Amino acid sequence: MEEVRLIEVKEEILSDNIKQAGEVRDRLRKTKTMLLNLMSSPGSGKTSLILRTIEGLGGDLRLGVIEADIESTVDAEKVAARGIRAIQLRTGGFCHLDAGMVTRGIDAMDVSEFDLVIIENVGNLVCPAEFDTGAHKNVMILSVPEGDDKPLKYPLMFSVCDLLLVNKTDYLSLSDFDMAALRKRVLALNPRIMILEVSCKTGAGIESWIGWLKAEVTAFKGAI
Amino acid sequence: MHELPITESILKIVLKHAEGNDVQKVIAVHLQVGKLSDLEDDWIQRYFDYLSKGTVAEGAKLKIERMPAVMRCNACSASYETDIIGMADSVCPACGEKGGTIVSGREYTIKEMEVM
Repeated sequence: MEEVRLIEVKEEILSDNIKQAGEVRDRLRKTKTMLLNLMSSPGSGKTSLILRTIEGLGGDLRLGVIEADIESTVDAEKVAARGIRAIQLRTGGFCHLDAGMVTRGIDAMDVSEFDLVIIENVGNLVCPAEFDTGAHKNVMILSVPEGDDKPLKYPLMFSVCDLLLVNKTDYLSLSDFDMAALRKRVLALNPRIMILEVSCKTGAGIESWIGWLKAEVTAFKGAI
Repeated sequence: MHELPITESILKIVLKHAEGNDVQKVIAVHLQVGKLSDLEDDWIQRYFDYLSKGTVAEGAKLKIERMPAVMRCNACSASYETDIIGMADSVCPACGEKGGTIVSGREYTIKEMEVM
């Protein structure tokens, strides 16, 4: 009988995705287009935030949107109704976007026409944190009704983001959400993260978000 | 939750190495997966069994070694093992500082494979 041999592999399982993500970043750097990956649970306000962003930017930045959903075009239609270029990616059951899917999204739009492209990732606090999409910045939303304990359950998501938006602050008075405890937990996982409080419903805090976005796009373009 | 695309990547890498090493049959694949990943071992094996049908990797066992989640204290630089649940409330055992920087626990590596 033939002998069993051992072959050393030492290879990253996600190496293809890591490579593709790097290619996406390089490609968009050439067209000076900043790619922002927006992640959160379902229903925490990703689409509402994008609609507020369109309004808040008021044409100051040329914005494109890539919407990812398991099976629908509802979000892309809402965005396109505001006159913004939106590409819908159907992930066909996948729980997250990867760099390959994002490549298909940017292939479908002329990225050189945009200063900023926002990817609305699949609503999920687990899987999207593990896959590099090729974005230059990662932003997440946590909404007040989800609770201040989420960093305890989904530490990876909070640790990979550059900015946390705490949305639905209009619910704060009705809930026992502890903002100080949330900040402490998030900063323990990720000391360099920025935290902003917003309400997409009332518009509170949206100005700070728009300010952050403009400053990041300026810094991105300046660094090329 | 995303076992399927991960398993597809595993199989692709396994078959690439099998081809380059004149392998007749893959007996086992040794993986190192960080504790911060939520992969279910049973599901990876089930998907692997399905995807590998008709290839030299059919019937191979996946042996998954879970790599610990380790944080480095931002105050005193001590490294300590922690757990995914409650990581955000973790306290440095050396100096009592809360939180830190995640240094390991995100691994997704194929270490080696047993072949014939």
